[in-house]
Amino acid sequence: MNAAIAVPPPDARVRYLLRLADTSLVLGQRLGEWIGHAPAIEEDLGLANTALDLMGLARLLLAYAGELEGRGRDEDALAFLREEPEYLNATLAEQPNGDFGDTIVRQYLLDAYRLELLERLAGSADGRLAAIAAKAAKEARYHVRYSGGWLVRLGDGTAESHARVQGSLERLWPLTRELFDADEIDRAMAEAGIAPDLGEVATAWSRRVDATLREATLARPKDTPYLWYGKQGRHSEHLGYLLADLQYLQRAHPGASW
Amino acid sequence: MYTQGLNEQTGRPVAAEATEDEARLRAFQARIDAEEKIEPKDWMPDAYRQTLIRQISQHAHSEIVGMLPEGNWITRAPSLMRKSILIAKVQDEGGHGAYLYSAAETLGVSRAELIDQLLSGRAKYSSIFNYPTLSWADVGAIGWLVDGAAIMNQIPLCRCSYGPYARAMIRICKEESFHQRQGYDIMLKLARGTAAQRRMAQDALDRWWWPSLMMFGPPDAASMHTAHSVRWKIKRFTNDELRQKFVDFTVPQAKFLGLNVPDPALRWDAEAGMHRYGEIDWTEFNQVLKGHGPCNRERLAERRAAHEDGRWVREAAAAHAAKHGARAAA
Ligand SMILES: [Fe+2]
Ligand SMILES: [Fe+2]
Repeated sequence: MNAAIAVPPPDARVRYLLRLADTSLVLGQRLGEWIGHAPAIEEDLGLANTALDLMGLARLLLAYAGELEGRGRDEDALAFLREEPEYLNATLAEQPNGDFGDTIVRQYLLDAYRLELLERLAGSADGRLAAIAAKAAKEARYHVRYSGGWLVRLGDGTAESHARVQGSLERLWPLTRELFDADEIDRAMAEAGIAPDLGEVATAWSRRVDATLREATLARPKDTPYLWYGKQGRHSEHLGYLLADLQYLQRAHPGASW
Repeated sequence: MYTQGLNEQTGRPVAAEATEDEARLRAFQARIDAEEKIEPKDWMPDAYRQTLIRQISQHAHSEIVGMLPEGNWITRAPSLMRKSILIAKVQDEGGHGAYLYSAAETLGVSRAELIDQLLSGRAKYSSIFNYPTLSWADVGAIGWLVDGAAIMNQIPLCRCSYGPYARAMIRICKEESFHQRQGYDIMLKLARGTAAQRRMAQDALDRWWWPSLMMFGPPDAASMHTAHSVRWKIKRFTNDELRQKFVDFTVPQAKFLGLNVPDPALRWDAEAGMHRYGEIDWTEFNQVLKGHGPCNRERLAERRAAHEDGRWVREAAAAHAAKHGARAAA
């Protein structure tokens, strides 16, 4: 495949937007499972806040992707009526909630990534994406503070919480590689000035994550070779179940409006 | 209502006040009669304090347990807009719970104690949340009927004699009326939708109608605490008065939806200017109240599991706060 395309075809831009949108959607869907079951009421509220922001961002991005695609699909058609390989979220986002520590690690790793990415996307050559990202970056700052705050509390809490959350980190860390492994779409977007260079995002993310891990007295896991490619539609086993819940009513009542 | 269990709770004998200083008691009642607000630092009869603790904490527990039946549908909400609205709604209920626990704490009881009472099964919460949510229409029906019934009861509580409770209710009522409108909007969409959607809406109304009427508690004749609570302006209307208001308010809304209220005895009494409704099955009400509703065990088990699973997290937060002298977040 051609690596360098100066002006990326609409299809590539749609796919790039879907990556961002689906990561928000799927992560928000996961957080939605928590509400009513969190360790304290304040955490029900906190997780719900992040879930709401993620859903809001997903909706803006899906609506934009649908318009750009030009096939008449609105946010709900895209959110509810695609097949599994057509979802382009990062594999990390679809991982099950596990215990609160697993959720916090997944959330922090993705929040830190989203913040670094969104802050740079706010300067995108794509004006509409830039505006969406600027608003979302403000929200992501709160998300990082929330998940990072908990990562520190759990890491530097009791011996039990430290051990548990270090385990969560080891399990989820391999899934972060995908975030920074640029493929032809990432490169095309960067060359067109629509998206930042992923290497730059990776460096900033690493710096931020290392500082938090240090404060949390947690050890940064070693990088492992396996690459997941949810962003290319190749997912873990968990997404199918998530989509079965998400899509249930839309699939059961084709064409109904709600 | 959210505090229906009060009517059958034995609790503390109200006669305790007899031992309190007569003059202070008269002054207290005079303040209430003058519509003054009682504040946490003010003297109050012990029975007043205990009644409020029971009522506010039952209300708080109901908000928290009430997150479960609707939370059930967050992952399956049929559009992204509906999903966002539902997340925000369930979040609001959690906020109401937190806010009400704080109001109860001003009376000298801790949130941890109250939650312990809930989880150990000693405290009551509204029986309505022991019914299952079987379809998306149930989310609509709960907003429309359950939040609707809650508003009926809670608007007078905005003028409750106890300041912190009254102020909590003002804020909560605003949000409950949003919930009611959003629930009705879900029902409207279903009622104007496909045949399957209309069936879904009717089925939800069939299942939620009677339990909603039961939310107002036993008939006045069988209600123990009403007279006392009315004198203290904790309660301003009786169970039957509020239930009647609810029926009169809701029946026309059901008509507008084109749905049938599942009560063959329901009729408009033009002379009295009110709806007459059929006999409520108080046996069912008492069964659910005593723990034998369809979901009593699940709801409490879910709350207990959340509490137990979260223990290590709360301990970590406390340990971290102790190490760093910061405030615990949990
Ligand atoms: Fe509420
Ligand atoms: Fe509500």
